[in-house]
Amino acid sequence: MKATLIVRRYDPESGKPPYDQTYTVAVGESEVVLDALIKIREEQDGSLALRCSCRSAICGSCAMNMNGHPGLACKTKVAALSPHGEPVQVGPGGNLPVIKDLVVDMGPFWSKVRQVTPWLRPGAPPPANEEYRVPNERMLDLSGMMACIMCGACVMACTVLEAEQGQGGKPDEGFLGPAALAKALRFVGDPRDGTSRERLEALMGGGGIWDCTHCFECVQRCPKGVAPMDRILELRRRAVDAGFTDHNGVRHAQAFVDSIRKHGQLDENYLARKSVTFGELFQMMPVALRMLLAGKMPPMFPHNLPGDSREDVKRIFEAMEEEKPA
Amino acid sequence: MKFAWFPGCVSRGACRELYASVKAVAPILGLELTEMTEAACTGAGVISEHSPGVADALNARTFAMAQKMGLPVMNNCSTCMGVMAGVQARLGGDGTALGRVNGVLKAEALEYKPPVRVTNFLWVLVEDVGLEKLKSLVKRPLRGVRLGPFYGCYILRPEANLGFGEKPERGKYLEQVIAACGGDPVDYEGKDKCCGFPILTMNRKNSLSMAGDHLLEARGNGAHGLVTPCPLCHLNLDAQQPDAAKVKGQRIDLPILHLPQLVGLALGLEPKDLGLGKHIVSTRPLLDRAGVGG
Ligand code: SF4
Ligand code: SF4
Ligand code: FES
Repeated sequence: MKATLIVRRYDPESGKPPYDQTYTVAVGESEVVLDALIKIREEQDGSLALRCSCRSAICGSCAMNMNGHPGLACKTKVAALSPHGEPVQVGPGGNLPVIKDLVVDMGPFWSKVRQVTPWLRPGAPPPANEEYRVPNERMLDLSGMMACIMCGACVMACTVLEAEQGQGGKPDEGFLGPAALAKALRFVGDPRDGTSRERLEALMGGGGIWDCTHCFECVQRCPKGVAPMDRILELRRRAVDAGFTDHNGVRHAQAFVDSIRKHGQLDENYLARKSVTFGELFQMMPVALRMLLAGKMPPMFPHNLPGDSREDVKRIFEAMEEEKPA
Repeated sequence: MKFAWFPGCVSRGACRELYASVKAVAPILGLELTEMTEAACTGAGVISEHSPGVADALNARTFAMAQKMGLPVMNNCSTCMGVMAGVQARLGGDGTALGRVNGVLKAEALEYKPPVRVTNFLWVLVEDVGLEKLKSLVKRPLRGVRLGPFYGCYILRPEANLGFGEKPERGKYLEQVIAACGGDPVDYEGKDKCCGFPILTMNRKNSLSMAGDHLLEARGNGAHGLVTPCPLCHLNLDAQQPDAAKVKGQRIDLPILHLPQLVGLALGLEPKDLGLGKHIVSTRPLLDRAGVGG
């Protein structure tokens, strides 16, 4: 079939702003976007810059935007993006500086991964004449994070990084982002590591685990099933369990949980009061006033479930709350 | 078309106009809704963060109640939808988690027997009512009104939990419904991004900046308003809009409709029956454009 690719081009040396260039190329049913791009480069336009190596979804070098979302060009079929022959939009991944055309600077990506100290800091020397032994089960969960090929697709998709850079933030500052935080759990969760507490404490600050907005972009875009957001939520649980609770995020979660435990339903007033500090509450007053004037304030007495149901909800909390996920 | 209706906390709290508008449009669309007054909050992802077991059990309880009623569950919130779909996926495994959950539900003589059909007002409009039927019911087509869709993360991602394999068009339903109501869907990149609500109390600046970016982009592309199936997105896009405007340093003034409000307007209902006066950003300019008096 003939495929139409609209490629976002950019050459900083030309002094011209980014522009779109349309190519038409013959592709087979099972061919991927990378195949089409390589054909274009070899047969039509040698100036098209792209990065690739393994062509088998292993090296992680070909992540880019396709129809607006990042993924591996060597793993994404043209036919899947263009079932009825629609043009396919191809561009560089977001949240990282563009070097040329489809090639982005991975420097900020690596600098954030480095910030989580991605190596083992053993708690004790290995047993004499032996190596460290780790039970299989404990490594099984970690293997999910070790599957990361550092392609950056999750970082390119992250909505918090986008918001920060939209406000002028630099790509190597601010939120650590999905890949680095997934890597952080890989070491926090390693039974041989002796510095889990320090690692968790470091992640409590600005740019850490509480800055994630829970948007599922990284989970959806990761080509390797790493599910970075789920790892971030696990880090939050572990941080709270380790006693790091002095954060709005923790207060918000606690207030929410308390409200459901007591009423079975959410009490939005209670949530607002408990989850912010006094200064922030003051900041929120105009919003509260606005909502009150529009007749939008939640009822002062929260909507309660009927008495029996409240008992049922309490029972569920008592029975299930202590269970830790496997 | 009968459903066990799960209105969720926000439509009974800060967004009561959503509750009212679902109730107002349902009979016209032929939806017979039995409200689930005893079902608890889904946990909105916060409970599952704290304790996945509690979230699983709370939602399995809701599913079991619907099964007892012999009805599929319909919610009206992207967040409720996502959480419920996640629980369905988690309890669909080898049965260990399901067994534990049912052990707790036994005390109230409930048992969740997967699968249960869980859907939401948006999907129901397209998959149950049908776009053709919806078009035939339209009394007041919103001609010339340009509306941007705003989905909310959890009704779109992760696709594996949300039936996109069988129904790949679910990411286009809002545009289809806007068109069926006679309006013009406006395309913009922010339509499937995050509204920023989850980090409102944790990182207010980023949260408001997200809302502001999407609102301004949609307005720049010519939108007269946005339509959302998610009340939490509505809170960040409407109630917080004046603050988002401050963060972005410019006026926004973009009205945000709850999905059933859009449908209600097209069906010919009056703005006050749809709670259209209960918004922070006035819906009046949009109503004028649609030729709605009152
Ligand atoms: S879930 Fe969190 S880390 Fe993942 S893309 Fe969204 S904001 Fe970024
Ligand atoms: S987590 Fe997934 S998307 Fe992110 S860098 Fe690793 S493999 Fe790529
Ligand atoms: S070329 Fe190696 S991952 Fe695509």
